[in-house]
Amino acid sequence: MPIEILMPALSPTMTEGNLAKWHVKEGDTVNAGDILAEIETDKATMEIEAVEEGVVGRILVADGTEGIAVNAPIALLLEEGEDAADLEVPSASAPPPPAAAESAPEAQPTPQAPAVPATPVPPPSPSAEKGDRVFASPLARRMAKQAGLTLDAITGSGPHGRIVKQDIEAALAGGITAPSAAPLPPSAAAPAAAMVEASGMPAYVEVPNSAMRKVIARRLSESKRDAPHFYLTVECDIDALLSTRKKLNERSPGEGPDAYKISVNDFIIRAAALALRKVPAANASWTDEAIRLYQAADVSVAVAIPDGLITPIIRNADGKGLAVISREMKDLAGRARTGKLMPEEYQGGTFSVSNLGMFGIKDFSAVINPPQGAILAVGAGEARPVVKDGALAVATMMNCTLSIDHRVVDGSAGAEFMAAFKALIEDPLTMLL
Amino acid sequence: MANENTFDLIIIGGGPGGYVAAIRAAQLGGSVALVEREHLGGICLNWGCIPTKALLRTAEVFHLMNNAGDFGLEVKEVAFDIAKTVKRSRDVARRLSAGVKHLLKKNKVKVFDGHGRLDGPGKVSVSAGKKQTASLTAKNIILSSGARARDLPGLEADGKLVWSYKEAMVPETMPRSLLVVGSGAIGMEFASFYRTLGADVTVVEILPTILPVEDAEISALARKAFEAQGMNIHTGATVTSLQKAAKNVTAVIDLGDGKTSNLTVDRVILAVGITGNVEDLGLDGTSVKVDRGHIVIDQWLQTGEPGVYAIGDVVGPPWLAHKASHEGVICVEKIAGLPDVHPLNTANIPGCTYCMPQIASVGMTEQAAKDAGRKTKVGRFPYMGNGKAIALGESDGMIKTIFDAETGELLGAHMVGAEVTELIQGYCIAKQLETTEADLMHTIFPHPTLSEMMHESVLDAYGRAIHF
Repeated sequence: MPIEILMPALSPTMTEGNLAKWHVKEGDTVNAGDILAEIETDKATMEIEAVEEGVVGRILVADGTEGIAVNAPIALLLEEGEDAADLEVPSASAPPPPAAAESAPEAQPTPQAPAVPATPVPPPSPSAEKGDRVFASPLARRMAKQAGLTLDAITGSGPHGRIVKQDIEAALAGGITAPSAAPLPPSAAAPAAAMVEASGMPAYVEVPNSAMRKVIARRLSESKRDAPHFYLTVECDIDALLSTRKKLNERSPGEGPDAYKISVNDFIIRAAALALRKVPAANASWTDEAIRLYQAADVSVAVAIPDGLITPIIRNADGKGLAVISREMKDLAGRARTGKLMPEEYQGGTFSVSNLGMFGIKDFSAVINPPQGAILAVGAGEARPVVKDGALAVATMMNCTLSIDHRVVDGSAGAEFMAAFKALIEDPLTMLL
Repeated sequence: MANENTFDLIIIGGGPGGYVAAIRAAQLGGSVALVEREHLGGICLNWGCIPTKALLRTAEVFHLMNNAGDFGLEVKEVAFDIAKTVKRSRDVARRLSAGVKHLLKKNKVKVFDGHGRLDGPGKVSVSAGKKQTASLTAKNIILSSGARARDLPGLEADGKLVWSYKEAMVPETMPRSLLVVGSGAIGMEFASFYRTLGADVTVVEILPTILPVEDAEISALARKAFEAQGMNIHTGATVTSLQKAAKNVTAVIDLGDGKTSNLTVDRVILAVGITGNVEDLGLDGTSVKVDRGHIVIDQWLQTGEPGVYAIGDVVGPPWLAHKASHEGVICVEKIAGLPDVHPLNTANIPGCTYCMPQIASVGMTEQAAKDAGRKTKVGRFPYMGNGKAIALGESDGMIKTIFDAETGELLGAHMVGAEVTELIQGYCIAKQLETTEADLMHTIFPHPTLSEMMHESVLDAYGRAIHF
């Protein structure tokens, strides 16, 4: 019996993926560990390796096929002694076994690791899209390293697409002028842009879409198109939070593994997670068959990275203290910026937080990060006149806007969540409860 | 094809820009016409690079023979025959021009003898004298008409006592004394040639250093070497007038410090610059723009007129054959719609001067790097630290490298000394591949060669030179 090579799940929540490129062709002999193909998920391209040796008997799914369900056969491997006659198999058109997540809503929707695919998954290989090697000049490599750029985000303009100095300079200069659809602004670094001049057209630059750009475009368009968004804004008085934060940070040991420096955002993550626990109806996702109510509050936090954004997750944030959240967040954000996150670290959160306060944004509405049901957009804390006990006073106020998928959460549940969130933020001691 | 005078591409000018473009276009399957009014191979091959190298080789051998004793040889009565020297130079040029003709024929490039000029959109007329001899049609036209020596007011070459490079290349008699006006590559090569053969040579340069485009340190070393050979050099000076007598010329030289000096010489060579051959190309009425004697182009060598391109000396400095050839290839490949065509990177164009000592460079000078605000690491290695140089009897010279202190980018390399013109390509490759100091340090250079100094200079920039 030929061995079926199955579409691997590259993360616990992955239900389908795209076959970017085969590295082998029919008739090739492969050994365990050989790279068979590149699989594209939402946010990364990864290589899959052969676990057994044999001859590639048939490739069932062609290069570039999209939406292949996890565990669907993608190729057949002939073992020793077998030949093409043994390839009596389901053809590529036979419906692949649907992914578990789609076939039946699980009673336990918390993302638990499903059956791990037969194929071991190597860590993300950002460069895989262009083949095994990223071609870049030594100077370009060094300049990228010094600037903290990852080369896979950069399109090479040198011979045969080699990344050269001017591509890094272009990336550093930031060629992008188009506004981003993403809830976070693109960072200054952008893929190399080529100046285009056409008669009768204003001058513009063309920035080739990176894989991440395409994913952002696809998912957020899908979200705005399919999810009926509505928005709820609250104004939070954060003076108490700021003073609590100051007191806590003053108690941090100066250095060492136990040192911490808690940010306002860390409070927000914890408050959001606690509010989700209080109002579980807001911690939910739409599927055509059922509404999934998540049991854990896994908070995705939007982080800007050189060519887009990524949402690393604080798992079970309601069960973690501020120092732990703070430490995890620093680690995740740092690795996000260097492209070193594992897929399960950014795929499968239940709720998102996007904070543009550091850019001085007063308030904004974010686009829901599908398949989640809600995202909290956080503005800047600023001193504003407020009425306290019938008198005018000054307080540090922060606007938070929740974008909600009305298919999943109705107005009252959304309002209940925001009230719970505001209460926690304004009385941070209650976060201890 | 409509008729035999319709082509995919017409090229006006058969120098190193035009003929290389023609061959590349033919390789890509195009039908190509090349219009040349004088010699295939252009100035480079007929009146420039090649014949001067033949002359300088004579000077070099003569110099070695005069110093044969240094090598344990005995040579009696060293003498030269200027007529034979010139004949050899002309023979070399003729042989190579014939070679170009053969290459063009092999590539089925149709050559039209005569003067080519634009004659309406997509049209070129060819004339010999005043008579039109052909009318050619093509969608794309490349102008590679080259350049010529510039005259200055009051300093015009007459071809007899006051020479341009052309007369200087074919002397009938050896001048006993010579004034060279301008110390660029052309001026210094002639100054070196005539000085080595025994003429009294004076060089006048308006700028503060000789070989003004070169790194100041290299230029100073070269000057020292020339002066040691007995050359008189005045920098920051100008020749204000030339008074011609029957057999000599008296020049008034403003030495720049308020003093003037009169100098009487047998011959004067004017090497004060180059201007593009933009006249009589039929540019009037087209959108081709000319700025200060040169055709204006974009990075793909396109002029303002659709379908009309320009390459080489006619588009401006650096006036170098290898630049023209490279532009020709880029231009043709772009016209042909080839993928992976890249604009010329001027920072990677090497420059070579074939005087004794030779000078070669690529990229930024130390001053230019400083002016650009770059933090640099500079390496130097002297010829006297190199075994092969000592064995050759060539212990004067230096190789200097300039790196960006932050990124390790090789910003520039500058050399003076024996055979540096053959060495510079190593740094050109390094620059083209964007190697950093690390790759250069990891490269194994063969021993014993002059090229080891290239390695040592890089090492020295990082305080790691071994042999000095």
